[in-house]
Amino acid sequence: MPETDPNSDVGLAVRFDEAAVRLGGRTIWSGVNLKVDHGQFVAVLGPNGVGKSTLIKVVLGILPVAKGRVVVLGRPPGDAGRDIGYLPQRRNFDPSMRVRGIDVVRLGSDGDRWGLPIPGGSSFFASRRVQRQRVDEVIDLVGAGSFAHRPIGEVSGGEQQRLLIAQALVRHPRLLLLDEPLDSLDLPNQASVAGLISEISKEHGITVLIVAHDVNPIVSYLDGVVYMAQGGAVSGLPDQVITSETLSELYATPIEVLRTSDGRLVVVGQPEAPSHHVDRHTGHPH
Amino acid sequence: MTMATDGFVWNLGDDVHQMFSLHFMVNAFRAGSIVAVLAGAVGWFMVLRRQSFAGHTLAVVSFPGAAAAIWLGVSATAGYFGASIVAALVIAMVPRSSSGRAHSQESAVIGTVQAFALACGALFVSLYGGFLYSLTGLLFGTFLGISNGQVLTLGLVAVGVLAVLGVLARPLFFATVDADVAAARRVPVRALSVIFLILLGCAAAEVSQITGALLVFSLLVMPAAAAQQITARPAMSLIITVILALVITWLSLGVAYFSVYPVGFYVSTFGFAMYVVAATGRLAVNRFHARLSGDAPLPHHVTVSAR
Repeated sequence: MPETDPNSDVGLAVRFDEAAVRLGGRTIWSGVNLKVDHGQFVAVLGPNGVGKSTLIKVVLGILPVAKGRVVVLGRPPGDAGRDIGYLPQRRNFDPSMRVRGIDVVRLGSDGDRWGLPIPGGSSFFASRRVQRQRVDEVIDLVGAGSFAHRPIGEVSGGEQQRLLIAQALVRHPRLLLLDEPLDSLDLPNQASVAGLISEISKEHGITVLIVAHDVNPIVSYLDGVVYMAQGGAVSGLPDQVITSETLSELYATPIEVLRTSDGRLVVVGQPEAPSHHVDRHTGHPH
Repeated sequence: MTMATDGFVWNLGDDVHQMFSLHFMVNAFRAGSIVAVLAGAVGWFMVLRRQSFAGHTLAVVSFPGAAAAIWLGVSATAGYFGASIVAALVIAMVPRSSSGRAHSQESAVIGTVQAFALACGALFVSLYGGFLYSLTGLLFGTFLGISNGQVLTLGLVAVGVLAVLGVLARPLFFATVDADVAAARRVPVRALSVIFLILLGCAAAEVSQITGALLVFSLLVMPAAAAQQITARPAMSLIITVILALVITWLSLGVAYFSVYPVGFYVSTFGFAMYVVAATGRLAVNRFHARLSGDAPLPHHVTVSAR
């Protein structure tokens, strides 16, 4: 991420200065510095349990920082709520959930309003009409038109993910926070959802912060990466960060980054949180 | 039970006329209708939130509540509501997280509360001296001797609960379907869950008074489960739920009037029948669609060999 005047937040979507988070008396990470420009597509990488989701929750304003300063869209985190679209880490919807995809998308638009919507209100109120159009628009944008009217529990994981991206987009966010949107998708779906996210970011100038296990499906679209380790993080251009030198220094242990003949990145020797199984992660030799 | 003075005479007009000439039957229909609307609306959310077990427990708890109230010579209505609301608060204190682990913890606590409540109920009934008919009424429902005052109480509580539910409806739906995103949007997920349990407690206490403590599911679960089979549109399935609950209640009261068996049996039977029809209907429709769109639906997952 290009350096600007170190004390200026202009042009920055997200900024961390020496930020630290403590949860239940344990420091999750500290000394994290981060600058994300508007419109950039940035990945948050690192092994399990290192605090990637925690970082997303700090940006959202759900978790406070113990030390340091965080600025999101020029405001303290939490004040930018309406301008942020969020897709949490999840397993799939319960197959017996009898709620349509379009209803889930619509909740992104008015789910936090109290009171009941007036039946047939869209024929009287312009705002309801606009809202309805916007829901259709984002469903088209993510290519969910053909399955948005089916119960969300019955569509595939990739289709659910598209609907949830639509839900996150429905309020015209300036910043999109995606927590492992590619996890639990098969490879073709990983590629197409990654392409979709990049397209949305580029065409609508939306800043995207995406948590990922595997950098490979997204690496060609990325403007920057944040690599997290127990304690801290490094950020910068993908080519600068995902290197043997940088990662060895970050983890204080020898790590090798290999590039396969088809351009995939493989990180060898990355420390893993012991309680998790291994082959989900980037980088472990397959 | 021999309150049907002339019995069933195969003349619907006369039968209905005869039924409604009796004040206690009019009150039974009033109370039943109030309870049906309330149970439908609250039950719809309960089924969607997968809190049926909690709902059942809140109803079971109303049994010792009512039994204790009768034993102490207080109004049974107060016993029903008091016990259910207290139990709702107890269940609400169990931490609930989205991780799923807290769910099993919640069901363990709920199961414990439920068993203890039933035992207490049995104790209070025998302390009272075991007037057996009242025991059957408490457990399996009765529509006899509902006073004007009771109807008024049921009505006021129902209006209150429905008003609160109306205000909370959308955020509650959001928190139910998608708790993490709702929380990120500053929807007070935890507070909503506590308030909903209290509303559920009130509804369970009301339903218990008609169907009996053990058969509340017939109005709390069955109409909602059937409606959610019929349609996945939220507003539509909520409306269908309330209609089904009303139809079940009216049919049951009508039949129970000419029969010697407890009303709770009929409510459950009609509810069960509707669920079976709805579920079978949906299966048939799904099959039909699958056949229309050619052969069996393609598997969604593409297997990729190890890379």
